[in-house]
Amino acid sequence: MGTHLPSTEFDGTAVDDQREADAEAVMGEPPAQMVQLLGPDGKPGFDPVFTDYARKLTPEVLRGLYADMAAIRRFDVEATALQRQGQLALWVPLTGQEAAQIGSGRASQPQDYIFPTYREHGVALTRNVDLAELLRQFRGVSNGGWNPKDTNFHLYTLVLAAQTLHAVGYAMGIQRDQKLAAANAAGSGNPAAEPAAAVIAYFGDGASSEGDVHESMVFASSYNAPVVFFCQNNHWAISVPTEVQTKVPLSNRAKGYGFPGIRVDGNDVIAVHAVTEWALEHARQGKGPVLIEAFTYRVGAHTTADDPTKYRQAAEEDAWKAKDPLARLEKYLRSEGMADQEFFARVKADGDELAAYVRRTTHDLETPDIRTAFANTYAEAHPLVAEELAWFEEYSAGFAGEEPAEEPARQAVTAQASPKAGH
Amino acid sequence: MTTMTIAKAINEGLRTALTDHPKSLLMGEDIGALGGVYRVTDGLIGEFGPDRVVDTPLAESGIIGTAIGLALRGYTPVCEIQFDGFVFPGFNQITTQLAKIHSRSNGNLSVPVVIRIPYGGGIGSIEHHSESPEALFAHTAGLRIITPSNPHDAYWMIQQAVQCQDPVIVFEPKRRYWLKGEVDVEAPGRAGDPFEAHVLRTGTDATIVAYGPLVPVALAAANAAEEDGHSLEVIDLRSISPIDFDTVTASVQKTGRLIVAHEAPTFGGIGGEIAARISERAFHSLEAPVIRVGGFHMPYPVAKVEEDYLPDIDRILEALDRALSY
Ligand SMILES: Cc1ncc(C[n+]2csc(CCOP(=O)(O)OP(=O)(O)O)c2C)c(N)n1
Repeated sequence: MGTHLPSTEFDGTAVDDQREADAEAVMGEPPAQMVQLLGPDGKPGFDPVFTDYARKLTPEVLRGLYADMAAIRRFDVEATALQRQGQLALWVPLTGQEAAQIGSGRASQPQDYIFPTYREHGVALTRNVDLAELLRQFRGVSNGGWNPKDTNFHLYTLVLAAQTLHAVGYAMGIQRDQKLAAANAAGSGNPAAEPAAAVIAYFGDGASSEGDVHESMVFASSYNAPVVFFCQNNHWAISVPTEVQTKVPLSNRAKGYGFPGIRVDGNDVIAVHAVTEWALEHARQGKGPVLIEAFTYRVGAHTTADDPTKYRQAAEEDAWKAKDPLARLEKYLRSEGMADQEFFARVKADGDELAAYVRRTTHDLETPDIRTAFANTYAEAHPLVAEELAWFEEYSAGFAGEEPAEEPARQAVTAQASPKAGH
Repeated sequence: MTTMTIAKAINEGLRTALTDHPKSLLMGEDIGALGGVYRVTDGLIGEFGPDRVVDTPLAESGIIGTAIGLALRGYTPVCEIQFDGFVFPGFNQITTQLAKIHSRSNGNLSVPVVIRIPYGGGIGSIEHHSESPEALFAHTAGLRIITPSNPHDAYWMIQQAVQCQDPVIVFEPKRRYWLKGEVDVEAPGRAGDPFEAHVLRTGTDATIVAYGPLVPVALAAANAAEEDGHSLEVIDLRSISPIDFDTVTASVQKTGRLIVAHEAPTFGGIGGEIAARISERAFHSLEAPVIRVGGFHMPYPVAKVEEDYLPDIDRILEALDRALSY
């Protein structure tokens, strides 16, 4: 129990000798170094390309990044508590991954379209998704929860990696729109009005093993699609460490498809913002896809149904807590005099307010009527659905006025032990 | 006799299979240190090591595809698919490759791969964790499909699946993993032939056929019907491919009425196949049309309304009323 320590990726900041040797043996050249612009000590780092992007971040923007990370962490704590109290069926915590999500989400533009997996609550925040709506799926009242058209933030996807292909297809659509717009503009004499857009596809280190990720990268490369693949390597796919999915840094895989791959310190919000901004510009300019591997860590359990003590050691968790994304930005903001005590107090108060809002609204999330499921199965009328709905109406009418408590036998069977494990 | 849950019975069955068959091995996501998300493989990696209990990369097509290769090399892989809704990345390998290798090789090659899939709803879960896709597999020739409903069968059927030379898919009723019952680890007894249906309760007025998670519901409905003065026979199908039509036919010839209940959507489901066969085989014995009770033609609904979707005692009794009204 708990004997497995990820050997080569344990030290998150440096590419160690063994890893370098492994990668060299496989690829014939050393792996990319990890981009880091803000160390765990709160001291700035340097990168020949990305430091220029970091310099563009004003103190106000940096404070905003901190506030977002603090807000989503507070939200995460609240959602976990709601699950423990039976208000949510399940929760997928993001603590530890705030910088990867807030940094990348804030680097996107409103016209960009985002395909998340199921842990991207921080990205959702940056796209102005109502966090109460985000809880609908976990409360079991919806299989979606928000309208993606409002925020260009797609629905969560639970079948791992499926969305990476959708992202590439969407990006191929953007390419076509641009061609059509250019043709129309040439005809009318007016320049194209729409800003260039790109797509971000999020997925995990575990999902990177699925065939769909491979196929999505082949398509993206073949058609030079404006898509940024954003892999959050949080080191664990439930109980399975990254080593079972890959022997080389995941960012190195991009080379095989013929587009750039960047490994970034995923706990460094400044570096994540910089590389994502660069990658999105690259994609929007028609230069093709980019793979970003955000090297980060899932601090808590995979989901509230998981027990990490079965497969990993506390020492590993502690080592990663020392690289905490919020703590390091706080150190930097304070040491540079960009934020004072009052700012941090306000962030905390805002977080508590958000938590109270989420708690309040979660209770009010409406349980749908199964009739909505009949109504939404098809876009157009369907005779089989109509027939089954008619049967259901007649059947339900037979129980009109009956108390559910009058059905002891039914309850005895359906209330049978419900699983504690799962997901 | 010892008492255990279905999950524990499968665990014990796998332990025995791994001990008895040195060339059997387990493969799947999180089946090692974690013991699987339902802990069905709990403790096995400690006893048999990582070559026999393999935590695989996260890739269902990869799991099934490499299992086929291992089987071609003389091994018997038992693959765990984490949840019903996640078998589909591996669907291609199962339906286009696994199911067809024996026939394509003119019988020269066998691929005795076992695929375990926790299936069905009723656990308050989120999307893709509650589905019943068995009909999609049953339609493919070359696969055998079984589904235990009690610990004794679970213990023996998993071992019989490992011994079978054909690919076997074991659909495990996840909401019954914690159902306790007696297991005779000495002898299979009635569990003998995994492809044979069992008459669990005899009756004279109507037959209910169910399998997997709905078997306890069918039994409870029969008890409720008895209070109303109706005598129901309950059959646990146990095998979905092949289906033991002889047992069902014999029962219908006695009772004259048949209700088939499953969680999967009624349309295009296993119930339709049973209804058609029984109409052909026992037309003159039937007092009423065969009535199907199943899920609706919709994606499995959200947890808060799944009670409205899942066939329960009342839905079976309503079907009985209709059957008796002819
Ligand atoms: C196709 C598929 N197979 C299995 C699962 C079950 N499952 C859910 S999350 C998970 C681990 C995912 O790990 P990773 O991709 O690294 O993402 P993380 O959860 O760590 O962010 C697994 C195996 C699934 N959702 N989809």
